[in-house]
Amino acid sequence: MADQLAIGSRRGLKPALPLLLPAYLWLTVAIFLPLSAMVFFSFMTDLPLAGKDWAFTLGNYAAFFSQGLYATLMLASLRLGLEVTLWCIVIGYPAAYVLAKVLKGRSREAIFLLVILPFWSNGLVRIFSWAMVLREGGILDTALNAVLPFKINIDLMYSYPAVIIGLVHSYVPYMVLTCYLTLQAIDDSLIEAGRSLGASRRQVLWRVIIPLSMPGLIAGAALIFVPVVGSFMEPRILGGRTGTFYGTVIEDQFVAVFNWPLGAALSFILLAVVLIILALAAPVLRRAG
Amino acid sequence: MAGVQVANVSRSFGAHKALDDVSIDFADGGFYALLGPSGSGKTTLLRQIAGFDFPDSGRIAIGGESVERVPVEKRRIGMVFQNYALFPNMSVADNVAFGLSVRGEAKATIAAEVQRALDLVQLGKLGARKPHQLSGGQRQRVALARAIVTKPRVLLLDEPLGALDKALRVDMQIELKRIQREIGITTIFVTHDQEEALTMSDRIGILRDGRLVQEGPPEEIYDRPQSEFAATFLGDANIFRGNATGNGILLADGTTIAAAVGDRLVPGAKASCAVRPERIQISTGVVKPDTGNANSLKGQVSKRIFAGNNSTYFVDRDGQTLKVIVQNTGAERLAEGEPVVLSWSPDSTVLIAA
Ligand SMILES: Nc1ncnc2c1ncn2[C@@H]1O[C@H](COP(=O)(O)OP(=O)(O)OP(=O)(O)O)[C@@H](O)[C@H]1O
Ligand SMILES: [Mg+2]
Repeated sequence: MADQLAIGSRRGLKPALPLLLPAYLWLTVAIFLPLSAMVFFSFMTDLPLAGKDWAFTLGNYAAFFSQGLYATLMLASLRLGLEVTLWCIVIGYPAAYVLAKVLKGRSREAIFLLVILPFWSNGLVRIFSWAMVLREGGILDTALNAVLPFKINIDLMYSYPAVIIGLVHSYVPYMVLTCYLTLQAIDDSLIEAGRSLGASRRQVLWRVIIPLSMPGLIAGAALIFVPVVGSFMEPRILGGRTGTFYGTVIEDQFVAVFNWPLGAALSFILLAVVLIILALAAPVLRRAG
Repeated sequence: MAGVQVANVSRSFGAHKALDDVSIDFADGGFYALLGPSGSGKTTLLRQIAGFDFPDSGRIAIGGESVERVPVEKRRIGMVFQNYALFPNMSVADNVAFGLSVRGEAKATIAAEVQRALDLVQLGKLGARKPHQLSGGQRQRVALARAIVTKPRVLLLDEPLGALDKALRVDMQIELKRIQREIGITTIFVTHDQEEALTMSDRIGILRDGRLVQEGPPEEIYDRPQSEFAATFLGDANIFRGNATGNGILLADGTTIAAAVGDRLVPGAKASCAVRPERIQISTGVVKPDTGNANSLKGQVSKRIFAGNNSTYFVDRDGQTLKVIVQNTGAERLAEGEPVVLSWSPDSTVLIAA
């Protein structure tokens, strides 16, 4: 990686500028402008809409620190992000491995399609179909009771596990894709070389394959962790009363309470926390990779 | 150390027979070259011995023990891959240390062994580098050090010098041979460079379409090829086709060619004779009877290629182009179009059943 960058910079950035320009223009318009508006809002007492009075304040940020609730919810959301990311690794990595190294040809394409499917279905449809599966008297409950000789009551709806299940389902394709790409790039002869040197399959996995697929794991984890910490749709629909997280509170500020400045401030605090976590994790992960 | 016995091994991929009843005895401590055109099954054979792939039928034994049920990591082999297969995330030293560290050897032992192996391949100072910071030849030596540091019983090399330029290749050939002698390890070396096979190995096996065509010491294969394929694949050969007589063949135009090497054949059977280009003498006059060159043919020089210490003449004779290699001793050279007489001894003529 580092030496590739070095080669790039030696040739100079100038020839690349025309190629980068559209991307930067787009980023400026689509992300930078709205984001700066939000930064602006987050320092206001009220929205400058409908002729209301407003003034600059740090109060929105102070609110986070003065009320313990926000910090508690932040921790709950971070834990949610961590758990979902871990489940995505546990489920997604083996799937990616099988796709990249075991399956060949047609069956690979078919399984790949199945993995990608959640991407193509609408988020709300996905979540509501889980609601139908998980509720009491729902598909899972009925199916299990039809198979099992004794009566059990499965009502996962409106619970923490339901939120986890919904989120993992939505985000696991990211992990499969990023890991698939890095695993795909690992030459089979490296695995064979490891075996010929006396390493068992398990040792090859831990010492060769996992270290080499670390970039994919990290990319997948970042792609999952960040949006999950701020997620609100799955917690709200599948979690019910237990589904109050940092993301749902932010959403409330924007759609229910109409306190945009507080919502914006809470968002930026989340952004800062996530960035700090990623920055702290970077050196550790870089060493592992 | 141990020898490797391959007995009646066959392996098919679908309808394609990649190995067809191959039997070779690789002697303990020997340097064995497997030679053959692309797709002839060389890599497939190595993979059966290594245990990456399994034969449909036949047996493989290492050190006298059948390895049918022995997984790769228990076979105690060292393998150098065509693309080196160094672990890109590890330093050179860690690459070499891998085999010892998965065995759970002590850190100090590992460090000492790794240093010794790196010194052996003359890379003692480069242990801290990553593989991508090495040249092709250095990478190949790291792969070799990594393969031998675990003291394997057998060293398998799959065209390890394929990616190197000529000069580096020759250096590496010498070095590989030196290391092999030093540790006396049974080595099976896949190549499709015939010169490499001839100069390096104790024995050569020639594969074609999954079958073992011929097997033996380099001199024997070169001097007594048993098929036209072996004759032309290992070195150059002029081939004459005709019918067997008591001691040679009779060509269609009535010329007889006497052969003193090779099997006796039933007179009248289809047969061919092979003559190495450097065994033929070329002259403008008549051949003196005392040279013992009982075989002679008339022809016309069609082309001469100068190659420094020798010249190759292409001589047309009755629709056939013969190749003659002559040392450049400073004597007169023959012009293109000049009529010449080719002569050679029956001792240089190999009779081959068609
Ligand atoms: N996994 C496989 N699936 C299908 N066919 C295979 C497989 N491995 C090898 N083959 C076929 O078996 C034959 C022998 O292949 P092999 O790799 O042993 O050739 P080789 O002698 O090593 O050739 P080269 O000099 O090009 O490396 C080839 O025709 C190849 O296409
Ligand atoms: Mg090959």
